[in-house]
Amino acid sequence: MLVTLLLISLLAFLAFQLIPGDPVTKLLGSDYTPERAAALRHEMGLDRNVLVRYWDWLTGFVTGDMGASYSYGMSVAAVMEGKGAVTAALSLMAWGLVIAISIPLGITLARWQGGRLDRAFVAMNQVFMAIPPFFLGIIITYIFGLTLKLFMPGTAVSPQDGWGSFLGYLVFPALAIAIPKAAMVTKLLRSSILGQMGQDYVRTAYSRGNSRWGVLRSHVLRNAILPVVTFVAMTLADIVAGSIIVEQVFALPGLGRLLLVSIGNRDYPVVQCIVVIIAAVVVFMNYLADVVTQTIDPRVRLG
Amino acid sequence: MDLRHNKNFKAGAVITAFMLALIVMGLFWTPYDPNAMSRDKLLPPSFRHLLGTDNFGRDILSRVIEGAGATALIGAATVAIGLAAGLIIGGVTGWYGGWLDEVVMRLNDAVAAFPSILLALVLVALFGGGKYKIIVALGVLFVPSFARIVRTEVARQKSLDYVASARLMGAGDMRILFLHILPNIVPVLLPSVAIGFNNAVLAEASMSYLGVGVPPPDPSLGRMLGEAQTYLAAPWYALSVGAAIVLLVLGFGLLSEGAGGEHGAA
Repeated sequence: MLVTLLLISLLAFLAFQLIPGDPVTKLLGSDYTPERAAALRHEMGLDRNVLVRYWDWLTGFVTGDMGASYSYGMSVAAVMEGKGAVTAALSLMAWGLVIAISIPLGITLARWQGGRLDRAFVAMNQVFMAIPPFFLGIIITYIFGLTLKLFMPGTAVSPQDGWGSFLGYLVFPALAIAIPKAAMVTKLLRSSILGQMGQDYVRTAYSRGNSRWGVLRSHVLRNAILPVVTFVAMTLADIVAGSIIVEQVFALPGLGRLLLVSIGNRDYPVVQCIVVIIAAVVVFMNYLADVVTQTIDPRVRLG
Repeated sequence: MDLRHNKNFKAGAVITAFMLALIVMGLFWTPYDPNAMSRDKLLPPSFRHLLGTDNFGRDILSRVIEGAGATALIGAATVAIGLAAGLIIGGVTGWYGGWLDEVVMRLNDAVAAFPSILLALVLVALFGGGKYKIIVALGVLFVPSFARIVRTEVARQKSLDYVASARLMGAGDMRILFLHILPNIVPVLLPSVAIGFNNAVLAEASMSYLGVGVPPPDPSLGRMLGEAQTYLAAPWYALSVGAAIVLLVLGFGLLSEGAGGEHGAA
């Protein structure tokens, strides 16, 4: 995992060195003279070897010093302050919703397989998975915001206005991210349970007089949940990435919005930093998924 | 499995055929000029404008047809790039193995670890937006997943008897790889192509929605959805554009589901 993290940070760093256009020229604007440019370049450390700069940047990054933003005139850390919390809160809430919706639903569907609810789900499932989160966000804005007036679209509540109302506002974007993912997880859990139901040990459990629900609860679920746990852990990475878009739909002041604004401003230190942070979170989550799978299923060995 | 009796496959085929028919029709004829403005702004659906009009009085149906065509084209081009590069990289690494395989697959993992939308945004930040740059950027994104699938399959197939037999008949590496092994991995690749197309459509729509995708003169479903969000008082605008995206994705999703592919493999 460490190798992957290092590779990612190196790739991200090198990528931003290839950009056509010189930040020094842009910063100086009409004050541009070759001497000033050289001085500023030296001050920013741009006249040194690429690998030296990468090392400096990396050590700075790890210790929390992420350099200075081009367009805000302050440090990247200051620009990002508070934004990470919004994205983290949104992602965690969406993730919680995915679990809260899909686990009970998947079990219920498998318990009453072929029932009315189950057939409705199988028919609708692909539709839910096909809806992009930003379209779902717009639908939710229309239904809950404009029609039911449960929240004011376009007026994002930030954590400073109190965590209660902030979290209340977050429910809607979190739902927009969660519903398509929940559809996938539900489908996976349902088919995982149904796959286990045909096994020999299930027949044995039945023959000892257990009810369908009893077999499901104490025998099948432990086995069926394994692939689901891995998938759910990996979903968190997707959700973090998905929040970039959904923050835009609901005008949430998170990392995603900052990323887009910074791309527009060509503020590369900020872009670079956000990219590496999000990528690191994703890699870490995937690693965690492996570890969790191994812990609950000793048969799996980490490669 | 007989696909004719598979409900998913049938529904997918109908939806895909419908969307393709609309797109092909849109190449030659749309009800109105998609860019012609009029004073009939934000009209609700009627017989004159089946899906109503937008904030500039343009016919939404015509624009959706144009936009679906552009989006589908970008999706197809993206998958073509990703598939072509993936076949070469995956084929060579899977066939030869060794340190090259190790290095390339490590790099592959590092690229694949970036969430695709994030990587696409980075590429746009680096090289700027525009229709063709988006296609290249998204195409690059899809290389790792195809390369991995091809590599795994090639590595599995190369120890099979028919490969040894071809080798005995004097076939060279490239001939075996592309004439003998390739046709055998097509069934594995097809669902990934369908899923890849869907991911490409969604990625393009997301990027355009965020305003970093296809720039204004070209129609784009994602950007139209972004515009429609400002006019939610006219919900049919957002709904018809969003429905077009959903149908485009749903058709291929159902096809690959019906054909036995697992969702999310690519």
